[in-house]
Amino acid sequence: MMHELYGFLRGPMLWVALLVFFGGSGYRVAAMWRLARKKDAVIFNYSSGYYALRSIFHWLLPFGSRNMRNHPVMTVVAFVFHICLFLVPLFLSAHIILIKESWNVSWPWLPDHAADAMTWMVVAGCGFFAARRIIQPDVRYLTSTSDYLILAAIAVPFVSGTWAFHQWPAFPAATLVHMASAEILLMIIPFTRLSHMLFFPFTRGYMGSEFGAVRKARDW
Amino acid sequence: MTKSLPTDLAVIPDKGVDGAAARLTPERVARVIQILLAEEGGARLKVYTETCVHCGLCSEACHFYLSNDKDPRFAPAAKVKQTLDPMIRKNGRVSVDFMKKACEIAFTECNLCRRCVMYCPFGIDISYLMLFVRRICHRLGMVPQYIQDTAHSHSATLNQMWVKEDEWIDTLQWQEDEARDEIPDLRIPLEKQGADVMYSVIGPEPKFRAQLIYQAAVIMHAAGVDWTMPATPGWDNSDMCMYTGDSEMMARLKKVHFETAMRLKTKRIVMGECGHAFRSVYDVGNRHLGWKMPPLPMVHAIEFYYELFRDGKLSLAKKYDVPLTLHDPCNVVRGRGLHEMARFVIHKTCTTFIEMHPNREHNYCCGAGGGVINCGPPYAKKRVEGNRVKADQLAAAKAKGARVIIAPCHNCHGGLEDIVKYYELDMEIKFLGDIIYECIEKGEVDS
Ligand code: HEM
Ligand code: SF4
Ligand code: SF4
Repeated sequence: MMHELYGFLRGPMLWVALLVFFGGSGYRVAAMWRLARKKDAVIFNYSSGYYALRSIFHWLLPFGSRNMRNHPVMTVVAFVFHICLFLVPLFLSAHIILIKESWNVSWPWLPDHAADAMTWMVVAGCGFFAARRIIQPDVRYLTSTSDYLILAAIAVPFVSGTWAFHQWPAFPAATLVHMASAEILLMIIPFTRLSHMLFFPFTRGYMGSEFGAVRKARDW
Repeated sequence: MTKSLPTDLAVIPDKGVDGAAARLTPERVARVIQILLAEEGGARLKVYTETCVHCGLCSEACHFYLSNDKDPRFAPAAKVKQTLDPMIRKNGRVSVDFMKKACEIAFTECNLCRRCVMYCPFGIDISYLMLFVRRICHRLGMVPQYIQDTAHSHSATLNQMWVKEDEWIDTLQWQEDEARDEIPDLRIPLEKQGADVMYSVIGPEPKFRAQLIYQAAVIMHAAGVDWTMPATPGWDNSDMCMYTGDSEMMARLKKVHFETAMRLKTKRIVMGECGHAFRSVYDVGNRHLGWKMPPLPMVHAIEFYYELFRDGKLSLAKKYDVPLTLHDPCNVVRGRGLHEMARFVIHKTCTTFIEMHPNREHNYCCGAGGGVINCGPPYAKKRVEGNRVKADQLAAAKAKGARVIIAPCHNCHGGLEDIVKYYELDMEIKFLGDIIYECIEKGEVDS
């Protein structure tokens, strides 16, 4: 039973998850692009590569905007969170070994203790964001249940992943939880607020273009 | 930390809003919202409302939020949560009372100042979303009475203040007469074909501040500018329809303004010291007419003054020596980056300049813009109390010695006057043109 489930999650379900993630992301961006062509032609008329990149650069650079300097703790947490979020799954030795077994390709990986620490930073980040949602009145006002669910959806695959890695009690079950929750996370990215990953370059780039090319002002 | 928040839906009584509410049914509300979401709500509406991660990083950008003791309901993203979000989620099936509150939020709790755009990591444009709400209100006929009256004036007379054509011409000739007492050969050239500059102003100038036209004429004269003003509708560059959600009328107003300049074969338009008018001509109205950029060159007075000083067209009789500070108006600073040009002119004409903080693109809005002051007396107290941070910012500049505030925008003038009075700041507010007029050599044409 466990074995069948493992086989399913590692095999067909992984493909489904990747397909939904990449297909869904492609679909969302393409659909939005078409809608923009139809209803928001203004976006294309005013977009400027230089000013879009200028703005994106300032907002991807730690402390590159005034608001990031106004909120140093949030800035550090948000950057560490996002960086670890991307690096851990892509450069974890356990993942790379699985990929090598399947396709015989591999790339350098993170030392295990570093990956472990980074995992906990992601989890701590989720904790920090959740605490902010509870403590800070304006953020609490904006928060809906889905915001907590999204944080949970991120925390679960990371916690269960380390659980399996450290072979803590009931780790085989943790492995299954890890695989299932990670696949769910991948699949919901295009269809929830996590799609901010897809749309960030567009919204920021558009505003950068309007501010830079038309309004001759800075937007960071 | 978490004091209990008022959750009432109390709205300020307003004839325009209440009258519409009495006529509306929930079915009609739903239908209008559905039509607008389908017809006019595009990718921006979708992406902005769907990618906002509810992080609250935009909250502290907003003077309403800061001034109302950080009441969460005034955070920029919270304004969307209270208006557009439920409309979209329920596909328009919201109550008439809900719409009244949404109308009050969109019209009187957001100046469309776009400061929060610079604080949101995604560049989510709350002012675009609030304008969308106003558009819905407009189509429901639910607009605060005072600002709707100015929109009616725009429709009927093509100016904001019910100024009749002969009154307009009379005012210009009266100002010319007055000015000729001071400078005998001064003219306010009407309807001159092919002049270098067509000077356009907002409706309230002939109505309440005709002195500004006088001053502009003196500056034009002293700089030897080849200029004219139109004698026909089209002289008013202001645009309250842009703020009531009446895009069609806005486009019509801008068309008349541009066409007047073209009829006069003028080389470019120079606009008086107004911010919202500049936004409507430079950024919004032209787009609705299908012009990527305005169809003929146009500049705001700040840029025009900057050029005159840069090119040595004006000489000074004296420098203005009262210590002063500058309020950077949203629509020409976040809207056109004229902040350094304004400082150039100030440094040319004044001895002691004191920066207020924050400044330039990060300056706080005056609280009057975006049509909020035009919603009139019912909302005045809320508006002024909703901008206590501006008072604090001004008081800090005053503590450093500033006694005068330069505000190169009509709306900012109105807003700052109310703030100075309410918070007893005892500071004087001036246009850049007031200072230039006072300091330049007026007599000779300097070529
Ligand atoms: C290139 C990709 C991405 C970019 C540029 C990006 C950018 C951002 C930005 C600017 C914020 C706003 C607040 C903050 O700074 O924390 C944010 C928040 C957040 N991001 Fe991302 N992100 C990306 C990918 C992801 C991914 C892949 C996930 C999760 C799977 C994620 C999860 C989150 C979460 C949970 C928050 C909200 C924090 C809160 O609850 O306040 N992000 N992101
Ligand atoms: S008033 Fe300005 S800062 Fe506040 S929500 Fe409106 S656009 Fe944003
Ligand atoms: S900063 Fe942007 S993403 Fe965050 S709550 Fe405000 S509008 Fe939403």
